[in-house]
Amino acid sequence: MARSITYREAINEALAQEMERDSSVIVMGEDNAGGAGSPGEEDAWGGVLGVTKGLYHQFPGRVLDTPISESAFVGAAIGAATGGMRPVAELMFIDFMGVCFDQIFNQAAKFRYMFGGKAVTPVVIRTMWGAGLRAAAQHSQSLLSVFTHIPGLKVVAPSNAYDAKGLLIQSIRDDDPVIFAEHKLLYDVAAEVPEESYTIPFGEANIVRDGSDVTIVAIGRMVAMAQEAAAQLASSGIDAEIIDPRTVSPMDWDTILESVENTGRLVVVDEANPRCSLATDIAAVVAQDAFSSLMAPPQLVTGPHTPVPFADSLEDLFIPDAQRVANAVKTAVEWKR
Amino acid sequence: MTDDRIQRVTMPKWGLSMKTGKIVEWFVGEGDTVAGGDDLLDIETDKIAGTLESPVEGLIRRLIAEPGEDLPVGAVLAVVAPEDVPDAEIDAVVEEAKAAIASGALEVGDEPEPQVVDVGGRTISYLTLASEEPAGDPVVLVHGYGGDKNSWLFVQQPLAETGTAIALDLPGHGASSKDVGDGSLAMFADTVKEFLNALGIERAHLVGHSLGGAVAAAVARSAPEKVASLTLLAPVGFGPDADAEYLRGFAAATSRRELKPLVGRLFADQSQVTRQLVDDLLRYKRIDGVDKALSAVLGTLLDADGHQAIDTRSLLADVDVPVTVVWGSADRILPVPDGVELEQVEAGHMLHMEAAGDVVRLIQRRR
Repeated sequence: MARSITYREAINEALAQEMERDSSVIVMGEDNAGGAGSPGEEDAWGGVLGVTKGLYHQFPGRVLDTPISESAFVGAAIGAATGGMRPVAELMFIDFMGVCFDQIFNQAAKFRYMFGGKAVTPVVIRTMWGAGLRAAAQHSQSLLSVFTHIPGLKVVAPSNAYDAKGLLIQSIRDDDPVIFAEHKLLYDVAAEVPEESYTIPFGEANIVRDGSDVTIVAIGRMVAMAQEAAAQLASSGIDAEIIDPRTVSPMDWDTILESVENTGRLVVVDEANPRCSLATDIAAVVAQDAFSSLMAPPQLVTGPHTPVPFADSLEDLFIPDAQRVANAVKTAVEWKR
Repeated sequence: MTDDRIQRVTMPKWGLSMKTGKIVEWFVGEGDTVAGGDDLLDIETDKIAGTLESPVEGLIRRLIAEPGEDLPVGAVLAVVAPEDVPDAEIDAVVEEAKAAIASGALEVGDEPEPQVVDVGGRTISYLTLASEEPAGDPVVLVHGYGGDKNSWLFVQQPLAETGTAIALDLPGHGASSKDVGDGSLAMFADTVKEFLNALGIERAHLVGHSLGGAVAAAVARSAPEKVASLTLLAPVGFGPDADAEYLRGFAAATSRRELKPLVGRLFADQSQVTRQLVDDLLRYKRIDGVDKALSAVLGTLLDADGHQAIDTRSLLADVDVPVTVVWGSADRILPVPDGVELEQVEAGHMLHMEAAGDVVRLIQRRR
């Protein structure tokens, strides 16, 4: 049978294969070598959760261990990208992006546009997102919509190991800045992943499950919640289609709209805060472009408008689960005007 | 002792990854008499849907599996026995079958693993299935353009019940090396010939589909002593016409949106074109080097005007091995050629998937 590896291993393998293929690919980030109390280079951690482990010694001089200074090394990565390198910077938690917004929003995202296409910025910023790690409000956010808002950035959020490898290789080969968002609770989830290099194009959603009664659009870890809900709904005769956009910028609107035209109902599952979010964005576009197909108002299943709580019981309540998805589907299916 | 006239129809194994199958619908009932090859029921797996043709003949005494049930490979689905076998004996078989399902013992079967062999500097992946005491020359299955060894999923297992059946991935395809050199027919034929040598196979029944048909014919021409028979399924090179739009489109397609309508042309029955089938093709097409391989081989298949560039009939002109040509009557990729002695089956271009039972019988005739 085909080989099964984890999301973490898939990302590591994508980096290794691209570094092998293209000498301009470099990796930079915190705790690549050393880490709290470690002897340093001999004990290369490969980042806080060990995603790049092994690369430090496999590619001498091409895995840079940076200080805890996101604004500096993200800026350096962007500069190196404009100078011909293909840096992959790891910015531990997406929550820390705030300190380097100027480098990302105002520099990397604008170069191609402002230099009339003469400059490209092939940088990838890898970062962890999502709740569930008991890491409190400053390490648990789902800030994808913040980057999706900015033209000039591409935003990728793989939900499984197969997509993680193919999308990361595509991100590295892409000439534009890419925010590559890894859900921290998916690192240990395994799937069948080819050993060879392969790419998945941006802007092509994955239809995870075919169905005829409702379209569930789910992002990142929420794809698994949607699958669990769909299995439960199937036993009550409701046939859900599940769409995983895979990249939220660009977004595969055609696949979402065609699906809603078939099912007449939309449920969006996004663990982020609900205001100005991917959920509201998707619901708005569907309401505008597929209005005549809708038999019920779009249902949004999201976290509440609060920081992610630290208490386990409250954090569990914050994150949408399969039951909430199933309830939202039932609301949509049973809707009467 | 159970009466040896009692026969069991079991859940088939369609492809390596199949572990269970879901009963969709029975076409026969208890008390019906079936002949070998009759449609018994529709079965759905996470990859594919298909009709199980009866492997036995006789009176159906019991249908054990209910529509909607998801059962492991090897589970007994129905019991066939002559009228004079007492009900009590049939009931005992049914109980035993249900116990086997309930115990979970069926769920972990021995899975044959694909193997690899180095052929002329390329890694060739192949899967061998064999009966317990295989006799006679093995059957070697050669897929078509853009296909792979898994396309034989409905055919390889039945062929392996009486001997050895080997399916390989040609260069540029499946899990084999993606480098195809010049992508010529000679390269493919040399690879298959060397593959037979590498496996120590002195002589084989070659079965080729589409491009694989021409590859098998080219092997027979250059090394007739290695070929016991040829079964060519909708082979290329039997006429000038081909759906060039399909072939070029398949080589160029990068998205599900582009690929799905093209793949539909391969089948007479559109329900065969599942999302999983299209996704698996995309997974293959997105591997580094595949686009280059497919584009090189496209130049072998088509001339500049979109006509077939391979002439398999002239390759076969002086070849003295038994040849069977089989065509799907609804083939939209390569139309049924005129003036050729051939067997027609009800299928599109993928006749080994859509009319697997007929294809197996025609291959067996040569063994």
